[in-house]
Amino acid sequence: MTSAPPADARGRARRSRGDSRRGDSVFFNLSRGSGILLLVIMAAIAGFLAYRSFLALGKNEGNFLTSFEWTPDAAKPVFGIAVLTFGTLVSALIAMIIAVPVAVGIALFISHYAPRRIAQPFAYLVDLLAAVPSIVYGLWGVLFLVPHMDGLTSWMDQYLGWTYLFDQSSAGVPARNLFTVGILLAIMVLPIITAVTREVFRQVPRMHEEAALALGATRWEMIRTAVLPFGRPGIISASMLGLGRALGETIAVATVLSTNSVLSLHLLDPGGGTFAQNIALKFNEAQPLGRDALMASGLVLFVITLLVNGAARMIIARRKEYSGAAA
Amino acid sequence: MNLRNGRSKALAIGAVALVSTLSLSACGTDDNSSNNTSGSSASGGSTAAAPAKIVCADKGGQLLGAGSTAQAPAIDVWKAAYSAACSSATLTYSGGGSGAGVTQFNQGKIAFAGSDSALKPAEVDASKAVCTGGQAIDLPMVGGLVSIVFNIEGVDKLVVDGPTLAKIFDSQITKWNDPAIAALNPGVNLPAADIQAIHRSEDSGTTANLTGYLAKAGGGNWKYPAAKAWAGQGGQSANGSAGVAALVKQTKNSISYVELSYAQTNKLNSAAINTGASKPVEATAANAAATLASAKVTGTGADLALDIDYATKAEGNYPITLVTYEIVCDKGNKAETLPVLKSFLNYTVSDAGQQAIGAVGYVPLPAELATKVKTQIDALA
Repeated sequence: MTSAPPADARGRARRSRGDSRRGDSVFFNLSRGSGILLLVIMAAIAGFLAYRSFLALGKNEGNFLTSFEWTPDAAKPVFGIAVLTFGTLVSALIAMIIAVPVAVGIALFISHYAPRRIAQPFAYLVDLLAAVPSIVYGLWGVLFLVPHMDGLTSWMDQYLGWTYLFDQSSAGVPARNLFTVGILLAIMVLPIITAVTREVFRQVPRMHEEAALALGATRWEMIRTAVLPFGRPGIISASMLGLGRALGETIAVATVLSTNSVLSLHLLDPGGGTFAQNIALKFNEAQPLGRDALMASGLVLFVITLLVNGAARMIIARRKEYSGAAA
Repeated sequence: MNLRNGRSKALAIGAVALVSTLSLSACGTDDNSSNNTSGSSASGGSTAAAPAKIVCADKGGQLLGAGSTAQAPAIDVWKAAYSAACSSATLTYSGGGSGAGVTQFNQGKIAFAGSDSALKPAEVDASKAVCTGGQAIDLPMVGGLVSIVFNIEGVDKLVVDGPTLAKIFDSQITKWNDPAIAALNPGVNLPAADIQAIHRSEDSGTTANLTGYLAKAGGGNWKYPAAKAWAGQGGQSANGSAGVAALVKQTKNSISYVELSYAQTNKLNSAAINTGASKPVEATAANAAATLASAKVTGTGADLALDIDYATKAEGNYPITLVTYEIVCDKGNKAETLPVLKSFLNYTVSDAGQQAIGAVGYVPLPAELATKVKTQIDALA
């Protein structure tokens, strides 16, 4: 009588353990498969880009890294990425300078300042911004933002012209420049950065916040001493996500930017270009060599994005030791 | 609870927005189709007469075409009229550019390709693999003109010539009151403002036509070859004809180039061109058709590739005129698509077909040229 139930229980336990082992191995293989699949896809993309680039680079009569022109289909094919690299990095940098502080502010407002009733719909509204297609941003940019940038650009030209960066060569030119593109990109990456940082700020241990308040900190001091240090890795990785989008944004930039093959530090003068924009605009009418050349520029963008992401990972890994992980 | 309410409310708003856009776009298509039919019926004489001119193929089927985006609106007009008359045939034309169209044609994927430029010898050679016993030929089908549009306050008539345009688009002339422009426009009060020259940011057939003109008629002031990619110095760029037209519209003291339909629909002023004829030539379809009529056929055999004389000095011949081609096999077209192909092209080259696209900003082919094209279409095998 007394020995029966334990045997039964043991049997059940063994069976269930056997089940869980099978489940384990199935799940392990599934997730390992997904991991391998991802690597295979990445390798396939990189391999494809590298092969096509290799074809094009052999026929390039200019220097791929330092040439300004992009005329791969001309009788004497010359194409280089200098202008594209500059434009891509500068517009993304402007976007980050504008978007990160604003996004952190919005995230703090939603997670710590706003009353619940406002915070929820507000968060939802910000998320909605991310769902707007980029062509809509592009059209808004070219039809609304550009005509309304005139006042700001001439003000900057007048008072910040001494910085050289904000010196406008000639007045009355529509503001289809890298600076406007940067502003547009900032608006586009804002929801991504906000959404991630908001979630990170929500994770801040209540104990930390209450401890800070109990020590007599004001709300701002509590945020500075408890929330921001905890959230820093999150802010960085959110910014990198946003930066990835800013670097790769295509159609909005193609719609707004007035392109040329001049590398100019005058950010308020129309001109320049970005990788993705160049590919989008040149691909339709490109000859075979032109297409391969565009692939080569795609490869460079791929590498830049990898480097940026790698740098972000390193920063986060270092920070984790003394902030997030310690919590 | 709060959250759920918020969400469903937002969903409801989204749904309303979606429904209203759908109904709006539905209105849009309705309008278009009624415009198209009225356009073709007006040209055909009466509503009953226009569809009657379309002779359907005995056997229906699917006709695939691809290529030039410049002629895509024309194909859309034709497609609407043709499928209304011949319900057994379905026609699909995807844009994607002339280069892509020719590539797909030479891979045997499509029955015809639309192209802004005549085939190159290498492309003709490649086509022999697809056209059994024949080769690809160019059939001029859609005429057009590139209009020089400008936006100068207080000026609605402007005359330019080849050398001046070349200098303007290459930033050698930078002010509107430059003596070179003033000499062409006596009595016009030109402002002392900077010229905002605008060009296409992507490679474009329109750019190729303009630069072809500038290279030929620019008196050596345009140092670059005719090309789809912009090579000139300075100026600003915008994406697509629509983008260029919008930029000209919102930028004072600007000048650019778009096809006639964009100049018309955006109500932009077009400059007349001093070609050396007794008076400046206006950018009208009639003047462009006159240029097409005097263009030489340079294709051999069945190929009707045209050489348009950009440097024409003939009275009333608008120089920046272009023609885009349909590319088909002279022999060796696929048996299952040939009847529909011939029937469709016979409609497009007909008077009704050409007038229909004339109504949307293209240049109808002159009668003599249309007859030549029709002869080749009838001979397709």
